[in-house]
Amino acid sequence: MSLFNLFGDSEKKKQPTKSEAPSHWVKCPSCQSLMYYKEIEKQNHVCPKCGFHLRIGVKERLALIADEGSFVEFDANLRPVDPINFVDKKSYAARVEEGYAKNGTYSSVVSGECTINSVPAQLVVFDFNFMGGSLGSVEGEKIVRAVNRALEKRQGLIIVSASGGARMQESTFSLMQMSKTSAALAKLSDAKLPYISLLTDPTMGGVSASFATLGDIIIAEPGALVGFAGQRVIKQTIGSDLPEGFQRAEFLLEKGSIDMIVERSELKETLSDMLKLLLP
Amino acid sequence: MATYLDFEQNIRQIQEEIISAEVRYDHHAVEILKQDLAKEVEKTYSNLSPYQELQLARHADRPYALDYINLLLDKKYEIHGDRHFRDDLSIICYLGTIGEERVMVIGEQKGRGTKNKLKRNFGMPHPEGYRKALRAAKMAEKFNIPVLMLIDTPGAYPGLGAEERNQSEAIARNLLELSNLNTITVSVVIGEGGSGGALAIGVADRLAMMRYSVFSVISPEGCSAILWNDPSKVEAATKALKITSSDLKELDLIDDVVDEPLIGAHRDKEGAAIALKTYFMNSVNELKTLSDAERLEKRYNRLVGMGRFSE
Repeated sequence: MSLFNLFGDSEKKKQPTKSEAPSHWVKCPSCQSLMYYKEIEKQNHVCPKCGFHLRIGVKERLALIADEGSFVEFDANLRPVDPINFVDKKSYAARVEEGYAKNGTYSSVVSGECTINSVPAQLVVFDFNFMGGSLGSVEGEKIVRAVNRALEKRQGLIIVSASGGARMQESTFSLMQMSKTSAALAKLSDAKLPYISLLTDPTMGGVSASFATLGDIIIAEPGALVGFAGQRVIKQTIGSDLPEGFQRAEFLLEKGSIDMIVERSELKETLSDMLKLLLP
Repeated sequence: MATYLDFEQNIRQIQEEIISAEVRYDHHAVEILKQDLAKEVEKTYSNLSPYQELQLARHADRPYALDYINLLLDKKYEIHGDRHFRDDLSIICYLGTIGEERVMVIGEQKGRGTKNKLKRNFGMPHPEGYRKALRAAKMAEKFNIPVLMLIDTPGAYPGLGAEERNQSEAIARNLLELSNLNTITVSVVIGEGGSGGALAIGVADRLAMMRYSVFSVISPEGCSAILWNDPSKVEAATKALKITSSDLKELDLIDDVVDEPLIGAHRDKEGAAIALKTYFMNSVNELKTLSDAERLEKRYNRLVGMGRFSE
């Protein structure tokens, strides 16, 4: 061990524990460097050192994509119910309330209408902070209604995914959201209206295996983890380590699974250009 | 050699006694034992726990897609491959006839014995399997042939090649295309309905489950490991997830339960095949009374109507 590392370790021990620490410093999950929160906010939550795109919430995502003040939310009144009275270590109802306390919403999806560089569009944004962005009945319904509004107003649809997959607590109800959303997207496709899918870190499981991979244009953020099966499951199944960069956006681009990787600074213009190109 | 589960031991004993009575030509004893068997079957199988039903759904002697195809189809030709990558043997497609009716059967196929299990990849398809299924379904649409899909998989395969070739897209594409495939479609879970890998051939005019089959968003093993953080809570997870045919019918997530023999398809393959055939033929005849537009609208409304929430 080098002297530098020794020093580093002792420095680490002196750090306050996570609960005491003020949250003014953000650590890049990729290169581990510390950044002041104001600095990273200015940079669209992209690490200035390594370019890693940190996970962001709905508010930040809307600020990044929608013209200022243009976003109008719909269906905010939809609430999950507990269709099978699911209880594991905690009840589903308790987990939903926890999610609300943490996040102030009852859903991992915020949906609405906005303009993007003056182009109107239906916009659906997943929030990984609410129950891991999982797909349940409320989320599926919000997507179908967004599709219906797009059909009615002849607008394009953008879905920003960030999700661990189907919500286990809704069991088969959540599984059926995969076919529900895909069926609605078939209608949108028949009507020749553009659907742009934006994959952000992470987009996995039932979300990846339904609407997220059905975009006319599929865009991923740099470094985003996107795949069907979780890495741990694959590792257990094949009994060996996974190659470097497996299931990352760059890997998907190389394998031909997505159209492009777009950095946050270019995102808004790319989205509005795509909408204009596909629906002049 | 038949496999018997813990709760089937009494049945095993009576069945063995019947065989020895038959060897002795003791017709009287056979009669009595058969009555005993019926009583025992009634007693055992009328009160199965969800976990026992899960075990039956995965029973090694349970008929697989290929068994049903052999029992159901009069004329049959297997069609192979996705025309792009390879022929995935965990999904099989057969074009043939049932009586006067033409049919395209698409099924997930597990294997028996180590060699066959490996050949069939334990019934876990790769993307090319789902793409083969879609190709067969599209051909059926083109020639107006009813489609019967038989679901029996632990799930889509989680592996390097599967991810590289975009397992997610293969499943999603099937969900989208099957939602408006313009021909009569019937999907039946015959054993294990494992998550997205099952749903990828589960979007149809009618979705049914054989009596002792399960359909689940995640395996009870996976669920207990993730939510309970304890792999031993499989029985609790099985119960909590509500994955049996009777539960899912009650929740209105499937259209019908196919009444396989009470003793289970694994002990009466022919009886199960007759029940499946009857269900499929009745469904086809009923669906034929609708126009294409009516049928597709009904299918669409059923699909987008799934889910429970409040507002």
